[in-house]
Amino acid sequence: MKITSVNAQIAISLMQARWQQTMVAAVGVTFSITMFITLLGFMNGLNEMLDGLILNRTAHVRLFNDLQANKAQPLTLGMDTLQSHAFIQSVKATQVRRDIYNSGQILAYLKNNKEVLGVSPRLNAQILYNSGTIDITGVLNGIDANAESALFHFTDYISGGDARDLTTVPNAVILGKGVANLLQAEVGDVIQVTTSTGNRLSLKVVAFFQSGIADYDKVQSFVALETVQKLLGVSGGYMSDIQIKLNDLNNAPAFAREISSIFKVNAEDIQTANAQFETGSFIRSLISYVVGITLLIVAGFGIYNILNMLIYEKLDSIAILKATGFSGSDVRYIFMFIALSIGFLGGLAGLGFGYIMLRIIDEVPFTTAALPTITTYPISYNPAFFFIGILFSIATTFFAGFFPARKASTVDPVIIIRGK
Amino acid sequence: MSKKVLETKSIEKYFNDPIRVKVLESINFSVDRGEFVSITGKSGCGKSTLLYILSTMDTDYEGSLYLDNQLTTGKKDNELSIIRNEKIGFVFQFHYLLNEFSVLKNVMLPALKLAKKSPEEIESDAITQLKMLGMDSKALKNANQLSGGEKQRVAIARALINNPLIIMGDEPTGNLDNKNSEIVFEIFQELSKTNHQTLLIVTHDQEFAACTDRQLVMEDGRLV
Repeated sequence: MKITSVNAQIAISLMQARWQQTMVAAVGVTFSITMFITLLGFMNGLNEMLDGLILNRTAHVRLFNDLQANKAQPLTLGMDTLQSHAFIQSVKATQVRRDIYNSGQILAYLKNNKEVLGVSPRLNAQILYNSGTIDITGVLNGIDANAESALFHFTDYISGGDARDLTTVPNAVILGKGVANLLQAEVGDVIQVTTSTGNRLSLKVVAFFQSGIADYDKVQSFVALETVQKLLGVSGGYMSDIQIKLNDLNNAPAFAREISSIFKVNAEDIQTANAQFETGSFIRSLISYVVGITLLIVAGFGIYNILNMLIYEKLDSIAILKATGFSGSDVRYIFMFIALSIGFLGGLAGLGFGYIMLRIIDEVPFTTAALPTITTYPISYNPAFFFIGILFSIATTFFAGFFPARKASTVDPVIIIRGK
Repeated sequence: MSKKVLETKSIEKYFNDPIRVKVLESINFSVDRGEFVSITGKSGCGKSTLLYILSTMDTDYEGSLYLDNQLTTGKKDNELSIIRNEKIGFVFQFHYLLNEFSVLKNVMLPALKLAKKSPEEIESDAITQLKMLGMDSKALKNANQLSGGEKQRVAIARALINNPLIIMGDEPTGNLDNKNSEIVFEIFQELSKTNHQTLLIVTHDQEFAACTDRQLVMEDGRLV
């Protein structure tokens, strides 16, 4: 690289003459940026994993029919004339349909909607797993395995087999890991289930499901939607839930309201259902940013000190430069050039080392019973962290260099030269 | 028409710290093109103070200063540094070379700043100047590898690089032994005679001053 500017040449020569101090300053920046990148990448990797545990598996909007007490109580019908409060409620919730009205029409509408990424219908059935003389209560989730895999990372939680077998093998079941342990079931075994209405069905185990939430895994098992429909003796359009994934998560509340008003169905959005997760992620990110910025500020003080020392040592040179026609702004340029070079090169090295650190952590084994598909520590390689890192390193060194450079620019050559 | 390179009109200067003291009193004089002028006087008579005002580095004075028939008093820092760069060459008592650079680069710096010529031309100019002063063999050495007399010769080469209107010297021989003082003095005389270079040298060396075209003597802040 050919440096043409005289000021830049002088700055580079000054740095070469004091390369040890320059290195120390640059290493300070490198260290802080390395830690900044490592912290953010690691923290956010964990964040994404933990959020993923719930958020990936949760629909952005869920449509269902809620069981509610009957609103039309005999007393309330006459309340207008009675002018008093009624405390007697006798009519129970009966004849309420569990399935969603017009499910076919809703599915067709959703599939044509541009906001919708995908839909996955579900039908749940309360069942008993039969194990010898004991019955274990559980839930059979009838799902569309392909849609679940595409939208909710269903395959990430499958071990011991293939989720696609649900659609190809008749009466196949993916057992929750907890249930499987209780039943001592292996892949290929056949298990018996009984519905609340007394229907019995034999299911073939094709894989295990492990969500990482033990209580969930003890209860839930997955079968094809048609299998549950068959078990309950209902028609093909019968479904209790429609899980919707949107292109933009933030549109969920508005979309839920829209669907709810069009189809007169209960619609719950993800923000309402899982408000606490965003708070956790936010706090973790905030902590990593604060630590990273603190490190950078410390490095900034290092640069400030080293520049101040350099300027003190080079007062003679500054005086002679000024005497031979370099202006105050030239001198300021020279020292800002030094500061920003340290910031930029130190920061760039920091990005490199930070990336290496992330790669190393990414290789460290991390096995947890809760997460079958994760074998090493989760790392996020978001380019935004690298961008913020270099931006911060330049900004910090700019401020660290600003005051020493201004001081240098106001050096009075007469005082220095006379002082000899 | 006489060509005045430098002219002062009733320049006065005070030191305010610790008490207000008048150090220069109504300095009126001028230097014509090609003149070799010396200012002598006892230590503390204000001759260096006057030189720094004339060099535009010190702007805290009363009266007015003309360089090349232009008023420089009251100009901004940036404008003054351009004037210094282009029109004035300095030689100080202490060499004031930049130790980070080679001898050649030291000489080239003011011209690189002026940027009127390409770096290649400047380099050949610098070598010519060094050759004239017998320093070309040391061109690629670092400034701190030279002896005192050699450094002063390099400083003179640097002062000459932009073909300045005037060369100002503040005790240029003050820190040198007799032999080197003579060499420096001969160089100045040579410049004055062959190049018709204008020179204004502050010195307390009477021998030196006696050989200049015009001798100004200062006493207690006045020209006598």
